Amino acid sequence: MSNPILASYVVPVHPHPLLVPEQNEGWQRLRNAFDEAREQIAQSDADLMIIYSTTWPSIIGHQIQADPNPTWTLVDHDFHDLGSMDYSFRIDADFAEAWNEANHARGLQSRTVAYNGFPIDVGSVVALKLLNPDNAIPAVIVSSNVYANRAETTVLAKACLDVLGSTGKKAVAVTAMSMSNRMFTEFIDAADDKIHSLKDDEWNRKVLEFLEEGRLEDVAQLSRTIHQQIRVQKVVTFKPMWWLSAMNDNRNDLTGRVLAYEALHGAGGAVVHLDPTSNGMGDKEYDEDDVEVYHGERNVLDAEDSDEDNPKPSSDNGPALWDPVEGKGAVNTDSAPKPVGLYPHARRVGDLLYLSGVGPRQPGTNAIPGGPIRDGNGQPLEYDIKAQTRAVVENIARILEEAGSSMDKVVDVTSFLVDMDRDFGGYNEVWAETLGHYGPTRTTLAIRALPTPIAVEMKVIAKI
Amino acid sequence: MAKGSIVAGCLAPHPPHLVYAENPPQNEPTSEGGWEQLRWGYERLRESLSKVDHDVLVILSPHWQTYVGTHFLGLPNFEDLSVDPIFPNLFRYSYNLDIDVELSKAIHDKAADAGLAVKMMENPDFRVDYGTITTGHMVNPAFDKPLVVISSNRSRHYYSVEVMQEMMMELGRATRAAILESGKKAVVLASNSLSHRHFTTESDVPEDMSKEHITSHAMHLWDMRIIDYMRTGQAQRIIDEMPEFTEQAIAESDGGGLTWLLSTLTVPSYPAILHGYGTIIGTGNAIVEWPCYLHEEV
Ligand SMILES: [Fe+2]
Repeated sequence: MSNPILASYVVPVHPHPLLVPEQNEGWQRLRNAFDEAREQIAQSDADLMIIYSTTWPSIIGHQIQADPNPTWTLVDHDFHDLGSMDYSFRIDADFAEAWNEANHARGLQSRTVAYNGFPIDVGSVVALKLLNPDNAIPAVIVSSNVYANRAETTVLAKACLDVLGSTGKKAVAVTAMSMSNRMFTEFIDAADDKIHSLKDDEWNRKVLEFLEEGRLEDVAQLSRTIHQQIRVQKVVTFKPMWWLSAMNDNRNDLTGRVLAYEALHGAGGAVVHLDPTSNGMGDKEYDEDDVEVYHGERNVLDAEDSDEDNPKPSSDNGPALWDPVEGKGAVNTDSAPKPVGLYPHARRVGDLLYLSGVGPRQPGTNAIPGGPIRDGNGQPLEYDIKAQTRAVVENIARILEEAGSSMDKVVDVTSFLVDMDRDFGGYNEVWAETLGHYGPTRTTLAIRALPTPIAVEMKVIAKI
Repeated sequence: MAKGSIVAGCLAPHPPHLVYAENPPQNEPTSEGGWEQLRWGYERLRESLSKVDHDVLVILSPHWQTYVGTHFLGLPNFEDLSVDPIFPNLFRYSYNLDIDVELSKAIHDKAADAGLAVKMMENPDFRVDYGTITTGHMVNPAFDKPLVVISSNRSRHYYSVEVMQEMMMELGRATRAAILESGKKAVVLASNSLSHRHFTTESDVPEDMSKEHITSHAMHLWDMRIIDYMRTGQAQRIIDEMPEFTEQAIAESDGGGLTWLLSTLTVPSYPAILHGYGTIIGTGNAIVEWPCYLHEEV
């Protein structure tokens, strides 16, 4: 399946190119670059513009704008004297909600926001007003979480790709960000603007050289270094390249073009176009883990007691648990639930990986997301098939990851449902958002029962 | 003209949860209460301030963040809806507040004379930050006294805590000098939490107090240490330990408010009154008053 990102853009966050391009030649060149990017986007077949903005920090996971028509007037906290920015945007609220759900399915904290008067951040306002002035393409905007690391930011992108896959939409991805972000702390004349220091300028040029060579994943993997070298510790650190690279399948052979690079009150502002067409190059400098599901545990609030959705381990949840079998080719992981018999989580033969049947039970607690289908006395209970199916997919992702494989390498899946009439619809929906996106073959069977009080199990064969 | 004075200086933190919990008519979301320890603390602060005559409230809020100099609200009135970008589910507040532009300009001018980069904010479309509004509301919900609103310069992030403190000590001296010259009686408010590590999840009912506690023991120890200095008249030690406190407790005093406040009070050696302490989504918050009117000629 081809990646649904038609083009990616890096754009600066400060309002000068929008409000007063005429005051400085460099600001005007940035404005011209925005205009060129706008024309490219208008001529593409994009159904959606997705913005990751560094000027929208969040604390409770990521936030996604879901007001279909946010309308207000923004004034920059620093550059209020340059003028006001009226905005009225068209947001794809359905996509925002679906992305939010896909985030949850991949283990992320996330929520949508749809409130009259919500202050859309300056980076998003500048990007949308200049790149999509007539709202020809609906947009979504996601925040930058102040506590998020690379794994979380990467999984955020993959969840977005899940939804693009299931909706069949084609999109343009935009990161609103400065390169070096150190501004002059004094007021300056517009004509005197320049990059704050030679060091910042040199680093910016190096990063842009990488991007021009299409080496997006290299820039992403250098993020922490870049951050240390040319980034003031503002609220949000240098995370957008993690997101943008994951949106482009972590590739290093894109076709890049720097449309402009100029100073904005000392900070480095660049407009960069990244075209997914391969430039034929491709080696990465070094490799970080590819992450499918976020396992991070920063959940201080719920650390002490489980909430109702995640019941504690209980003997009601089925037969005794076994330690997975070790042996030649066996792949086992603590991050998948323990087996209910004498077998491993997976077994590797040549470059194929055969997984034992995977259910939704949670590693560690043995809890069943969406609830068990019957109680200890065999009485039926109300349960959520979508939550169970999602948990199955997450367990599969963990086992694959442990074995050095991943979701996109799944070849064939056999699914077992204990109540085809009731559950096929919900199961099928989650499938489309997750595994279905990677295109394995699938067979779905109705069966009388599974050994634990669960409604769905999947048997998976994948390539390594 | 009579000599002006600072009648009280307060640490008055601004988590929007406090407004949310109170259900005032200006705020859209409604709650079942919560964070009572802190709200009772604000009640005691309001009671205390009601006994001392004052004309104006001077606030420094860490949520008007400026990187290029220190800015002052410079128009007589601001009216709009404020939606917290981080907790929009809790805070959507219709505000209408008056600014003492004359005093703002006077502080601006003094600070400029002292070599600080300063600017008046005169764009009528500007939305006042939710930190200022929350502190303003908790101290004076009627908003019937004018405010001076000062931005938080991010010098700690650009340089260091030491540079931030130097600038904020200078801004504090300028603020004090301008108030004394103005003939007005002012209450000076630093709008910030102490330790500032948040939880990264929110419970389904945000005001569920069974989930509220400090994020870590270390944060608690730091908060208690700083509060102890306040209550025993050792403000200078707060200034001295600010670099460690800011780093280790990720303290919101990084925005300069607390240093500026202590400077406006000439780093007091008399004890402050602790009106309340509590945590909000894991961060440590103290409501503290330095009763200058008992110790200085006002
Ligand atoms: Fe704050």
